[in-house]
Amino acid sequence: MGISKFLYHFGRYVLMMRTAFSRPEKLSMYYRETLRQMNDIGIGSLIIVGLIAVFIGAVTAVQFAYQLEGSFVPRYYIGYIVRDSTIIELAPTISCLVLAGKVGSNIAAEIGGMRQKEHIDAMEIMGVNTAAYLVMPKVIAALFVIPMLVALAAFISIIGGYLASVPTGLMSDAEYVLGVRSFFEQRNITMMFVKSLVFAFILTTVSCYQGYYVKGGSIELGKASTNAVVFSDILILLADYLIAIILT
Amino acid sequence: MIRTENVFKSFGEAEILKGISTEFYSGQTNLIIGRSGAGKTVLLKLLVGLLSPTSGKIWYNDVDFCNLNKRDLRAIRMKVGMLFQASALFDSMTVEENIRFPLDMFTNMTKKEKLDRVNYCLERVSLEGVNSKFPSETSGGMQKRVGIARAIVLDPEYLFCDEPNSGLDPKTSIVIDELIRSITEEKQITTVINTHDMNSVMEIGDNIILLHQGEIAWRGNKTEVLESENQILRNFIFASPFLQRLRDTALEK
Repeated sequence: MGISKFLYHFGRYVLMMRTAFSRPEKLSMYYRETLRQMNDIGIGSLIIVGLIAVFIGAVTAVQFAYQLEGSFVPRYYIGYIVRDSTIIELAPTISCLVLAGKVGSNIAAEIGGMRQKEHIDAMEIMGVNTAAYLVMPKVIAALFVIPMLVALAAFISIIGGYLASVPTGLMSDAEYVLGVRSFFEQRNITMMFVKSLVFAFILTTVSCYQGYYVKGGSIELGKASTNAVVFSDILILLADYLIAIILT
Repeated sequence: MIRTENVFKSFGEAEILKGISTEFYSGQTNLIIGRSGAGKTVLLKLLVGLLSPTSGKIWYNDVDFCNLNKRDLRAIRMKVGMLFQASALFDSMTVEENIRFPLDMFTNMTKKEKLDRVNYCLERVSLEGVNSKFPSETSGGMQKRVGIARAIVLDPEYLFCDEPNSGLDPKTSIVIDELIRSITEEKQITTVINTHDMNSVMEIGDNIILLHQGEIAWRGNKTEVLESENQILRNFIFASPFLQRLRDTALEK
């Protein structure tokens, strides 16, 4: 029963994606919608992502300072650990988990609401490929904007680590900067962008799927919104693990 | 003209439509009437392609509507306009943007041409000057008229209306009925209306089919309604003793 249900949803998801990435009726309309989505997803998420990133960096710095206290590990390692842990894992994963909550639930509710109010039927009857018009701009916008948000989150996290450790006397300014500049590996940046692209794709398409096929009333719409977040989070964590295995 | 040929539709075990064969003529207001659960909405959704029949065929003139590829289906849909029960106007767009949406999506008209077309459609439904209002800022009757304006903006050959009078007062219902009838006659389009409204039946019913338990129980026009001895029709149209007395009075005259 469970497997057949999974296969049913997976098949329907694949079919929706195939329809979603077919030729647009009019490029200018899709372009305009993509810009609108970039604004909603990107600018609309700046504050929450920035705020979380500051604390991620700050907490990482404080925690590692506590762990390394009394050990022979040099203190500047804290800067190095903050940099790498945020770039490799915390910035892409935590940011995208948060975005799954903020953007994913919003997407599912928006498309689900359109389904319930017969907006999607109205577009279908006009001849619009609704899967394409409603899904493609969101996915493209997310693929552009979320890696930028993640990169910004990584940068802010490193600043957060600085703010939590230098002014409080955990280490000197020079030590933190030395740590941040030590043992840098470019492939970590590649991994961050790979993760953010994959996570962006997961959170938008899963949320679109949940909204697009919603049936019933407000309770079902609420469930679809919740499912969008829950399934996106699970798949993001699963993808995180797989990418970690493949790229390290 | 639209023709259905022995159309069946089931959802699981439940058989909703049982062999519907009928014709909807151009230049006429074709009404589908029947009690709740009779299958009216399902039939309308089949006609516009939102659902597929379990068996049977639907013809748009000589085109088999159920076996079209995506491109041909889109070409037919460009000729279709639909007014939804709840209007289905896009909340985040103004009245003008709602009406302009099909023009933006499917035409290469200039901004000026689009604006002229939108204003013509608004004028046609007697709603000049509401371009910048949002649907939430307009009344139910106005929303229906904006819905009609959007439905006719691409000059459709087929117009479908799902319960166009639901939630409207009798006076506004008459305005909407008149509007639909005049557009139908003016453009000689095929209009199919799914309705419960008895005033619509008696005023604009050029071609009426009565659905009962998924089958056509009666067909005729507005003048034949009064004289019909079909018990299902009489129970449906003249459901109350008051309406029954009205019918008797009308027949006596």
